[in-house]
Amino acid sequence: MDGARSPAIDSLDTFPKLLIRNAEQRGSRPAIREKYLGIWQTWTWSEVLEEVKIYSLGLKALGVSPGEKVAIVGSNRPRLYWTFAAVQALGAIPVPVYADSVAEEMAYVLDHAEARIAIVENQEQTDKVQSIAETVTCLEQVIYDDPRGLRDYDHTNLHSIDQIQDEGRAAISADKAAVDAWFSGIRAASGSDLSVMLYTSGTTGRPKGVMLSYDNLLISARNACEMDRMTDEDEAVAYLPLAWVGDHVFSYGQSYWSGFCVACPESAETLMHDLREIGPSFFFAPPRTFETLLTNIMIRMEDAGRFKKAMFDAFLKIADRVGEDVLNGKPVGLVDRLLYKLGDMLVYGPLKDALGFSKVRIGYTAGEAIGPEIFRFYRSLGINLKQLYGQTEASVYVTVQPDGEIFSDTVGKPAQDVEIRIAENGEVHYRSPGVFVGYFKNDEATKDTKTDDGWVLTGDAGFIDNRGHLKIIDRAKDVGKFTDGSMFAPKYVENKLKFFPNVKEVVAFGNERDFCTCFVNIDLTAVGNWAERNNIAYASYQELAAHPDVYKTIEEHVAQVNADLADEPMMAQCQIKRFLVLHKELDADDGELTRTQKVRRKFITERYGDLIEALYDGSTERYISTEVTFEDGRKGQLSATVEIRDVATLPPQTHQEAAE
Amino acid sequence: MTLHMTADQAPVAPAAEPDVLLNVENVSLSFGGVKAISDISFDVHKGEIRAIIGPNGAGKTSMLNVINGFYHPQQGTITFRGQVRNNMRADQAVGQGIARTFQNVALFKGMSTLDNIMAGRNYMMKTGFFWQCLYWGRAQQEEIEHRQKVEEIIDFLEIQHIRRTPVGRLPYGLQKRVELARALAMEPDLLLLDEPMAGMNLEEKEDMSRYILDVNQQYGTTIALIEHDMGVVMDLSDRVVVLDYGRKIADGIPEEVQANQDVIDAYLGVSHD
Repeated sequence: MDGARSPAIDSLDTFPKLLIRNAEQRGSRPAIREKYLGIWQTWTWSEVLEEVKIYSLGLKALGVSPGEKVAIVGSNRPRLYWTFAAVQALGAIPVPVYADSVAEEMAYVLDHAEARIAIVENQEQTDKVQSIAETVTCLEQVIYDDPRGLRDYDHTNLHSIDQIQDEGRAAISADKAAVDAWFSGIRAASGSDLSVMLYTSGTTGRPKGVMLSYDNLLISARNACEMDRMTDEDEAVAYLPLAWVGDHVFSYGQSYWSGFCVACPESAETLMHDLREIGPSFFFAPPRTFETLLTNIMIRMEDAGRFKKAMFDAFLKIADRVGEDVLNGKPVGLVDRLLYKLGDMLVYGPLKDALGFSKVRIGYTAGEAIGPEIFRFYRSLGINLKQLYGQTEASVYVTVQPDGEIFSDTVGKPAQDVEIRIAENGEVHYRSPGVFVGYFKNDEATKDTKTDDGWVLTGDAGFIDNRGHLKIIDRAKDVGKFTDGSMFAPKYVENKLKFFPNVKEVVAFGNERDFCTCFVNIDLTAVGNWAERNNIAYASYQELAAHPDVYKTIEEHVAQVNADLADEPMMAQCQIKRFLVLHKELDADDGELTRTQKVRRKFITERYGDLIEALYDGSTERYISTEVTFEDGRKGQLSATVEIRDVATLPPQTHQEAAE
Repeated sequence: MTLHMTADQAPVAPAAEPDVLLNVENVSLSFGGVKAISDISFDVHKGEIRAIIGPNGAGKTSMLNVINGFYHPQQGTITFRGQVRNNMRADQAVGQGIARTFQNVALFKGMSTLDNIMAGRNYMMKTGFFWQCLYWGRAQQEEIEHRQKVEEIIDFLEIQHIRRTPVGRLPYGLQKRVELARALAMEPDLLLLDEPMAGMNLEEKEDMSRYILDVNQQYGTTIALIEHDMGVVMDLSDRVVVLDYGRKIADGIPEEVQANQDVIDAYLGVSHD
């Protein structure tokens, strides 16, 4: 194969160069896997180089030129990962786009990025891209991976990746020098060149194109690999959106740096089976995934036999008592240690196996705060789950929890080469080699976010605690004040309530108001299961959400949160006085959440202004009619009368009194 | 979503004589004194999607059962691929390349999705019972070949996640899809679908429509389907035949049938004056 006699690479400062190195040094080791027709297909590093080479030359024949942007739309498929390298090898810049974004969102990104070529996964994405082709005038060609259903389409400006690769092969046989030229093109690139452009999910306003250089990504990936001692023996499962910086750094950057294998699941629904078969040693998931897994385990255990249930409960108690200490290497009594070993054989081991976590050496969670109980649950089973704090603008890593220093309420210490400072207004700033080049075609936003000497303003409020760990309170701009001038931190309140399995989402209000109130979304899996066991019939989410017993449960949770808040002198004023359970689930399709499932506060405030007023004017119910968007884009109306309840608040725990 | 495809297919070269796959001529079927079908004739062209519609009790399912060889008509002839057939059994129909799904899902509830679809390949297995029990040599290889085909169908219908799930535990919409998979496993020339969308929600219907179109285009399978959802029928099918009280009242492309007064009367009812 040509990869074997590729010219030597003097420096390893771009991904195509790393690919060549990997093909030379570990050519026969697995690089990427995909489950196809029920069987895991594996490509070695030298095979990947070969595939990327002909693919890249085919793209060149299609006219891809240095500096142009190529959009990538789809889920985690090997050929879409190869697209990154194939495009980068030509000096062009890949722009991954969230595959589940609706047509108009996609149109904005493709138009803004000036993409001439879009490489998409399948018919669904082809249809979507073609439907916006009229408004996105820069778009000329579409290339697809999976040919299913596309046979009868007009192929003038539509190609399959296979065809492109055939073009590449033809180019090689026509001109032997083409390969050499391709290699020397790679050699000519340097670390300061633009590597990729990732669009932020757009919590506030339009998405912004974050330009990252090879140096940004490679230094971040290298530091992370060194810290967690990753080698080419490691294995990861790629299932998070390609367009998200986390997946790009974990599944592409770190994989290319360390040479470990990345496995692509068969489909999103088979992820749990595939995880179990692969047994990854490195696993990343947002807190919501860990919550869902835990909820599923608990639901299944409710249905288990009495003996199994008793055993499960007994050993979980032991794990809860000593598990964390065992993992952190702290001294643990002999009896407890033996009991934990036994528990590992009978409960924790099989449980981890069922989850596919048997081999997980490093697990990360980020994006949102994780519930302390959930975090503790996984750690007590012996899974080294850690939190990190990162941003697209930082090539992920800002802070990471080092082994042995894990606290559920912090996001860890500054990562390698990262400096952190807290501004006067409590905002967290950082500076690192991973700091982005700038926003594409948006110098104003770049200036607002990045100072001239390289500090990035995160927009998050936080502080460094006495252990040297960073603690994030909320988005700096979301932290508000009550009318009496005391601080209102909505996220802090919301997270406390969200840690109850019955609660899926919370939106708290209180800025420039007298007191705190909130909207609650129930978790349909957890509450639905509870309803089934208690013989409560319901036809829809709306009906279940309005059920008096559900209201009672949520009311108890809110009272519990108030009791917790009353204990904290800083936060006692944030107790929730009134709440309601929303009649519909907040949904990204309706614009209420971002694509990464974060609440769009401003949008919700506008959309449900009526309900918010009702929370403050003392009424006990309010009629609301909302427009909803179905999955196919059609719209409908959903109306309901939503009940509003008062909850007792407690006086702040007067620790001062004792001191006086 | 389906509009641009049917638009492409509708003008199936009217000049050229279409290739007739199945021809039903003057068929009548009765059970004792009850006439289920009387004197019906229509044909199915190769590669088309042909819908059979009609109010409840019109004789649609009976018609399908006749084509399938399950019922034997008292009068009339059925020509399949140019061959007139007499009193054929249902299993012979399978051998000729006719597969079907049922109005009420008829799967092996206790078996997994994979096993159910593999059952569709049973007819094509050549090795005997003994060798299959041993699972060695030729039998093993044959099983692997069949499994490959089955996995392709699983991929095609996107049911990878329920491969190992007993079908009895699946929601209705997915069971329907497994049934379609089993019928496809027989690699039929003619696929008979008895109310493929019955009891489905809008999203499931859209999915199923997409799969039916894909089957028709990708595998070139001729499809005859019975369906009550008029939106689906009009979007999917190339030609429609309408039955009422066991008689044919209309036959033609969807637009024609939609405008036909007899059809409107049959569906909406007419006042007896």
